[in-house]
Amino acid sequence: MSALKETIAAVFDEPACAHNRAKDDKARKAGCKKPLAPGAAAGGCAFDGAKIALQPVTDVAHLVHGPIACEGNSWDSRHVHSSDSLRYRTAFTTDLNEFDVIYGGEKRLYRAIEEIVAKYRPPAVFVYQTCVPALIGDDVAAVCKAASARLGLPVIPIEAPGFAGSKNLGNKLGGEALLDHVVGTREPERTTATDINVIGEYNVVGEFWQVKPLFDELGIRVLATFTGDSRYHDLACSHRARAAIMLCSQALINVARKMEERYGIPFFEGSFYGIGDTSDALRRISRLLVERGGPADLPERAETLIAREEARAWARLEPFKARLQGKRVLLFTGGVKSWSLVAALQEVGLEIVGTSMRKSTASDRQKVIEIMGGDAHVFDELPPREMYRQLKEARADVMLSGGRSQFVALKAKVPWVEINQERHHPYAGYDGMVNLVAQIDRALHNPIWAQLRQPAPWESADWLDGWGGEDRAASCGRGSAGAAAGEMRHG
Amino acid sequence: MAEIVVSKKACTVNPLKMSAPIGAALAFLGMERSLPLVHGAQGCTAFGLVLFVRHFRETIPLQTTAMNEVTTILGGYDNIEQALVNIHKRANPGLIGLVSTGLTETKGDDVEGFLKDIRARHPELAGMEVVFVSAPDFTGTFQEGYGKAVAALARRFARPSRVRRPWQVNILAGSHLSPGDVEAIRELVESFGLTPIMLPDLSGSLDGHIPETFLPHTLGGTPLEGARSLGESAATLAIGEHLREAAEAIAAQAGVPYQLFDRLTGLAASDAFVAALARIADCDPPARVQRERSQLQDAMLDGHFHFSGTRIALAAEPDLLTGLAHLFAELGAEIHAAVAPAPTPGLATLPCATVTVGDLEDFEHLATTPSPDAWGDERTAELLVCHSHGRQAAARLGLPLYRVGLPVFDRLGAAQRVSVLYRGTRQVIFDVANLILEAREHDAHDPSATAHSTPAATAARPGRAAAVPGGALPGGSATGQGPTGAPAAAVVAGA
Repeated sequence: MSALKETIAAVFDEPACAHNRAKDDKARKAGCKKPLAPGAAAGGCAFDGAKIALQPVTDVAHLVHGPIACEGNSWDSRHVHSSDSLRYRTAFTTDLNEFDVIYGGEKRLYRAIEEIVAKYRPPAVFVYQTCVPALIGDDVAAVCKAASARLGLPVIPIEAPGFAGSKNLGNKLGGEALLDHVVGTREPERTTATDINVIGEYNVVGEFWQVKPLFDELGIRVLATFTGDSRYHDLACSHRARAAIMLCSQALINVARKMEERYGIPFFEGSFYGIGDTSDALRRISRLLVERGGPADLPERAETLIAREEARAWARLEPFKARLQGKRVLLFTGGVKSWSLVAALQEVGLEIVGTSMRKSTASDRQKVIEIMGGDAHVFDELPPREMYRQLKEARADVMLSGGRSQFVALKAKVPWVEINQERHHPYAGYDGMVNLVAQIDRALHNPIWAQLRQPAPWESADWLDGWGGEDRAASCGRGSAGAAAGEMRHG
Repeated sequence: MAEIVVSKKACTVNPLKMSAPIGAALAFLGMERSLPLVHGAQGCTAFGLVLFVRHFRETIPLQTTAMNEVTTILGGYDNIEQALVNIHKRANPGLIGLVSTGLTETKGDDVEGFLKDIRARHPELAGMEVVFVSAPDFTGTFQEGYGKAVAALARRFARPSRVRRPWQVNILAGSHLSPGDVEAIRELVESFGLTPIMLPDLSGSLDGHIPETFLPHTLGGTPLEGARSLGESAATLAIGEHLREAAEAIAAQAGVPYQLFDRLTGLAASDAFVAALARIADCDPPARVQRERSQLQDAMLDGHFHFSGTRIALAAEPDLLTGLAHLFAELGAEIHAAVAPAPTPGLATLPCATVTVGDLEDFEHLATTPSPDAWGDERTAELLVCHSHGRQAAARLGLPLYRVGLPVFDRLGAAQRVSVLYRGTRQVIFDVANLILEAREHDAHDPSATAHSTPAATAARPGRAAAVPGGALPGGSATGQGPTGAPAAAVVAGA
């Protein structure tokens, strides 16, 4: 465990993290680890986080070393897409039983790797450590090393047992595994002056494919994405990129920063959510590539592309403006993307009546406050009960959130749009913003809401007027009277 | 009798199995004002939560003791204490179902001991029942964890009583039953003028309804007063072999005799249950029920053409597998492969040569492994029956998939579907026959599907009986397979 402890400490000491920079020395030393409140906690574990960060690698075999819960309860549940191999959708687990727990699971793990290699011939195997084998002391790293030597392929230990901490920590530990064992182990067949890495992009519902054509048009080659729709080989060669874009900063910031330190790959934090943000990211990557020896006309070509795409996107959004003007949105996300989304939604006339800043940095928070003109509606936590109350009292016309709070909104009979990683529609890039606005429009204007909010006929006081009201009400129970009245109307 | 073959692989590929703790949690989700609490790391709860949310499409109240590496090693006393206090403060449920996991069982937390101490230190928790279930992830399956939880509830609430209510019946509802199934069973029992105590009752909590207000615990389910009157009932009818322990506990503690039904899907199986209710109520089944029986018979007549000789591969939790395999065999289908996540004694009664204990890699392999039918033709599966995780295999093999059990996350209405008793069985027959029909329509214009039998053609076309157009073998059930077992119903007198 000590190696894991060191890794965790190192991950928390993240100089590139704005959160961390804002702290004093003492707070920094204490790390980011928030104690989880038993009985009042929500969210996944570190293993979950590592899996989210790495499972999108399409061609490797992802082997979970643990009892059945860790993989059996959760596999094939994320909509990350692949353009070729589907191996990442095959679930592999050692499914530890009682004997393994007593005698140790290392032998079973080794044999499992052997079986996978013999049957499926993947280019590499990622082995995920989980709580039970970590507790009984299975040395996953040693087994991986031995298997790698004997079987002749990379077998990578991912040391992020669930009890190490939160999902976010797991993202970073997954990133550390790539840095330690994968990045820089191979050389690309060729390189270009415009090779980039895109870090923290998982290609959820294929949304990176809405952005990649923009790069293609500018002649920018994506050497590796961490890790959406990437192959093992891409990641192994990723140290030859000229520059990097880091998305979803809280997840893989350690990867971006360490690749800058080790391989001199400069990066910036950008976003493909929102029209302005997408343009901004394209501008910055173009400038960065020029600094690194890329073609001098790149920024100019980028501007042309941006002008064209922005005009097109706004033209496509135009018809929505009248329909969405003044509609009130409650935005409940992890937080990082909030300001970017807030700005974009305001541009089409939506009013943001509340947004969460759960995982955001002080500067993100400031940005949101600026954009929204005050912090009255910026909150850290919104317990489900309070969320339900706000929606029930019709403080918002539509809620945008992750799946966890989906049914809070729906049971309050309020339109809901999914915006986290389990979503079914791609929202990245210029097209993505149009998709999102279209989804909000569809949710808001679906005809079900009017009917759903109507009380049942027998719930209004005067429903028997004209049908011989008093006598009937006296002679039947409410429910059967309703049925009878319905029949009478037909007759 | 089927031979049980256990897969000897070190690596499970595409698991069929889910873990025991979340099975136990599901049982607690069928109790009123209840909140299951999983004693483990956050992920132990989060994965189960997501699984249930995707299946039921409902908010799922499920909490965690949020163990980390330090608390695991030092023991989870503080975490359980804090969790109970926090939950009491925030949600105030009537019942907490506390479930251990592989993590805390490996450490060996003495949870029962902890609970005694915590009770003594926190008198404010007195009004909140806490039922503990030991369910390590590394033994048993979903079904087993569920069975353990129901047994724990039975042990806690079944009290000997001097009152005997001849019209009250305990119905123990297994994990293979959907909320829709539970509702159908309850309505049937009520139609005899009997009062059922459903334990647990997912039809109250996860049937998909809109509550008047936000509730931080289950939206319905078995009321605790109901559970406390288990010992006053005339009889216990347990549905699913995995509830035997619970039924025996009620019999031992309160002297209520029980009858166990290994399945409620199929004509004979439904008959056995209806007859049991008729005996308890001492009256003939209501006319409507008799009408439904007749309707099922008619559906069997209409449906058997499509099942006859059809090769079906199934993978499911043991008790679900038992019900479906028997039903399909009773309609003349051939059970080409049966895969279960764990061995149980009941599997030996399945109407096929072997039952494999394994995963969906085994399932996929077995589905495409030819075996001879009664006429010596080598054939493979034509239809897959599995939960939603069978979708990858179905896509690869180009075979229709009938989704059963849990999780079904890529289709709507899984929780409301009824597949028990006369009407439910009828619906299963129609749904499966329609899948078979649709697959055959697809093949209707494919010459290779109806080509003259050659070894090559047989090998190249999974699922086809090469000699017979369309793959249907009239009268295929007449020979070549074991006797279809009569539904097992053992009457055991209470103590």
